[in-house]
Amino acid sequence: MSQQFKRENKRSGVFTRRALLIGAGQLGILGALAAKLYQVQVVEGERYSTLAESNRISARLTAPTRGRVLDRFGVPVAGNKLNWRALLTVEQTDSVDATLDAFAKVVALADHERARIEREMRKRRRFIPLVVREFLSWEEMAKLEVNAPDLPGIFVDVGTTRIYPFGPALAHVVGYVAPPNDADVAEDPMLALPGIRVGRAGMEKAQDVALRGKAGATQMEVNAVGRVIRELDRVEGQAGADLGLTIDVALQNQVLKRLGSESASAVVMDCRNGEVLAMTSAPSFDPSLFNSGVSQAQWVQWTSNRKAPLINKAAAGVYAPGSTFKMAVAIAGLEAKTIGPGSRINCPGFLDLGDTRFHCWSKNGHGSLDVRNALKHSCDVFFYEVARRTGIDRVAATANRFGIGVDTGIELPGARKGLMPTKAWRQRHGHAWNIGDTISCGIGQGYIQTTPLALCTYVSRVATGRAVEPHLTRSLGGAIQHGVQPTDWPALGLPEQYLHLCREGMWAVVNEAGGTAPAARVAVPGVTLAGKTGSTQVRRVSREAREHGFKSENLPWEFRPHALFVCYAPYDAPRYAVSVVVEHGNAGAAAAAPLAREIMTDVLLRDPVNHTEPPGQKVADRA
Amino acid sequence: MITARRLIRAEPSFGLLNKFWQVSWLYVLLLCTLAGVGYVALYSAGGGPEPYATKHILRFGFSLLMMLSIAMIDIRFIARFSYPIYALAIGLLVLVLRMGHVGKGAQRWIDLGGLQMQPSELAKIALVMALAAWFHRASWERVGNPLFLIPPALMVLLPVGLILKEPNLGTAVITAIMGGCVILAAGLRWWKVAALLAPLPFLGQFVFNHMHDYQRARITTFMDPESDPLGAGYNIIQSKIALGSGGMFGKGFMQGTQGHLNFLPEKQTDFIFTMIAEDFGLVGGLAVMGLLALIIMGGLTIALRCRHQYGRLLALGITVNFFLYCFVNIAMVMGAIPVGGVPLPLVSHGGSAMLTVMFGFGLLMSVHVHRDVEFAQREE
Repeated sequence: MSQQFKRENKRSGVFTRRALLIGAGQLGILGALAAKLYQVQVVEGERYSTLAESNRISARLTAPTRGRVLDRFGVPVAGNKLNWRALLTVEQTDSVDATLDAFAKVVALADHERARIEREMRKRRRFIPLVVREFLSWEEMAKLEVNAPDLPGIFVDVGTTRIYPFGPALAHVVGYVAPPNDADVAEDPMLALPGIRVGRAGMEKAQDVALRGKAGATQMEVNAVGRVIRELDRVEGQAGADLGLTIDVALQNQVLKRLGSESASAVVMDCRNGEVLAMTSAPSFDPSLFNSGVSQAQWVQWTSNRKAPLINKAAAGVYAPGSTFKMAVAIAGLEAKTIGPGSRINCPGFLDLGDTRFHCWSKNGHGSLDVRNALKHSCDVFFYEVARRTGIDRVAATANRFGIGVDTGIELPGARKGLMPTKAWRQRHGHAWNIGDTISCGIGQGYIQTTPLALCTYVSRVATGRAVEPHLTRSLGGAIQHGVQPTDWPALGLPEQYLHLCREGMWAVVNEAGGTAPAARVAVPGVTLAGKTGSTQVRRVSREAREHGFKSENLPWEFRPHALFVCYAPYDAPRYAVSVVVEHGNAGAAAAAPLAREIMTDVLLRDPVNHTEPPGQKVADRA
Repeated sequence: MITARRLIRAEPSFGLLNKFWQVSWLYVLLLCTLAGVGYVALYSAGGGPEPYATKHILRFGFSLLMMLSIAMIDIRFIARFSYPIYALAIGLLVLVLRMGHVGKGAQRWIDLGGLQMQPSELAKIALVMALAAWFHRASWERVGNPLFLIPPALMVLLPVGLILKEPNLGTAVITAIMGGCVILAAGLRWWKVAALLAPLPFLGQFVFNHMHDYQRARITTFMDPESDPLGAGYNIIQSKIALGSGGMFGKGFMQGTQGHLNFLPEKQTDFIFTMIAEDFGLVGGLAVMGLLALIIMGGLTIALRCRHQYGRLLALGITVNFFLYCFVNIAMVMGAIPVGGVPLPLVSHGGSAMLTVMFGFGLLMSVHVHRDVEFAQREE
């Protein structure tokens, strides 16, 4: 009994002490809250006490300026232009209709503009200004200022609009901006501010968040009619960061000019670090048209053009790589030891497999060839045989290491990775893999699809032995990003001997008698170029046609083969890689190689990677 | 002591009328004053008796009747229903996860024949009841046994987990703190308290380090809402402007411009304290906080005067719950802590919250009325 009483006593004693402790804690916290209230209301609150009884404090948000996009030398390729606009504050006028009528007498106002103003007026609060007219000319502004007394509620204000000084030349790389939609606003309420644009394509989209910046806020005292009496506090917004591209815009322009009226694309890369110096897709379009809305007629014209100006063919156009793929097949064979560095294969002009005969492009065959000479002559039978011995899965694994059929890592939205088929891929689609498919892949035909960008990456990797990834972002807000140093990229891990065999073959293609692309020799003293041609059929050519003197030039344009050329230079110290694809250009050697030579000559003379400022007018001199 | 199993002592001297006089009318007066403050604030927020003020006082009248009725129920009878009520509350929490409707991105509300309620509010009180029942018979030595502490720990973690899933981080944290206070008062050893609290900062850091960037950005905004003036920070900035423009003595009843010109969002619910402090200044704000302090201290006094452990723990838990409510709301409107969506009890507009708060005060008052009753002893 007494023990139980003791236990009860112990327990209630503990409770009492702890309850008092909790109570003291609560009082302490309430005291701290009271102190905080004193600070908010009295110490900090002083600046919020209004000057007059009827005044109030209003917080307004200010839109940040979108970051610019610069080329590698700091030349703006997307900027902001001042945009003078007439705004209307509804609560400052007695009659919106009368004001707008008076406005229309000074600066013409179309019916649809008035309808838009009235629509916005119903959505917004009366003290938030509405845009009456954007992009005022000096003359219009002057007229509005002179007539200001007759225009109650109207004021002229300056905002910004996006401009692209190089227009079509960089449309696919830089992309464009457009007004945000409801989903964008739900994600980031800042986008509701008037005049804000979001990136919709290209690097404008890829780096949109960095380019956007942060909104600022202003607290001001306004009187009963909404006039600002004084500014109490200003939190500066943060302008968007400037985005520095790896592109050299002068070179870009030059390359686009070289492509002319073809439906073609070309990529120039620094093959040591993957910086994309030029990425062109012809024909192009004017990106500034998206800023204010594209007309129906313009849209139809773009989308019905069979040369597809809106598509970035360099990153989103997929083509069979054709003979340019042969270096990858050779290395796959060397890696798998199905051929040795000195192996020779005899080309009688065809390869028979079961009852199917696969032809070499040379009807009479090339005789016995090693890797170097097989590349030099672009012998088909040699690579049929290597692919047959190696098997598609091992060829695919090597091709993937070179960037074919995988994501190259480029920032551009909408970039495609193409396709490197495997047995498993074919099975997923419900078919068995045939040995014939492997043979076609041996010369870069069949199911293989790749982009000019991936081809350029592939050549860079062959040339340097490093797993460089193509990229367009050089700096953000002035800070140089990762990837500028060649050592930022890991080694491919392929034996130098194998790569060297391919490089020698590519050198022979251009510089040795009997190579397939003598037209690609560059006229720059002391520099030699190594390259590889490719022509890929769009439509199968029958044996009959082949025997009856078939000429692809006689086909309708859209059935002609694509012409490809990949190359790098200088041969002995690789620095630049170029890939060119001319859609329906017939033969790589005839259509793409001379173009690549011209582009490479431009690049070598300009030598953009060894300059920190735009190098003189060398490119323009040649044009 | 050997006694028969008796649940309610039939004491003629302890009749209904007698009990009625036992009610702490001073405490009821404090509650009425707080509700009166609510009437004034809602009158100001609504620009007249409609649409908030009249409804508020009618609701309070009804809730007060409910509270007094609960106060008449014998605390031993209530104690018997601790676990069933806890089970019911957990059931409702599960139900709201399955079929509750989503308001502002979280499932919190459940519709019971027209009356909407937040099961998490009931769950908090049910948790206090269950913990009080568990520790009612536990001697100081028994509480020292770690195995004995496992069931109450689970009792706390179950509703906290379910509320987190709604998701309602604020209420989950409040529930956990409240449960912790009850277990602490029941005699949890200090070294165990230290062992439980010590790893928390490291755990938080660990979780933070392993988050995605966007999740981290969300946490950062959550901790510092003013860094996001277009989102969560907008309300806080407007509230601080209103508080600041109220100054020392305020702008006068219904003269606060920020609140009345609709700059202040949700002024009748979450930001009602801002309305008061803009109209009546620091003086008004401190007066309300003083009133809240009196109510909290009164609750603790009831707990201390009670002679049975069940009543003591129940009264303490209910008081801590009320305190946390007030603290979170007032700290929030001043931008001191980030949580949103917590009303100021008995002042903010809204019927469901008032009913649960007054249900809790009913239990508190029952503890007061029945502070000296003897619980039947279990034979051991």
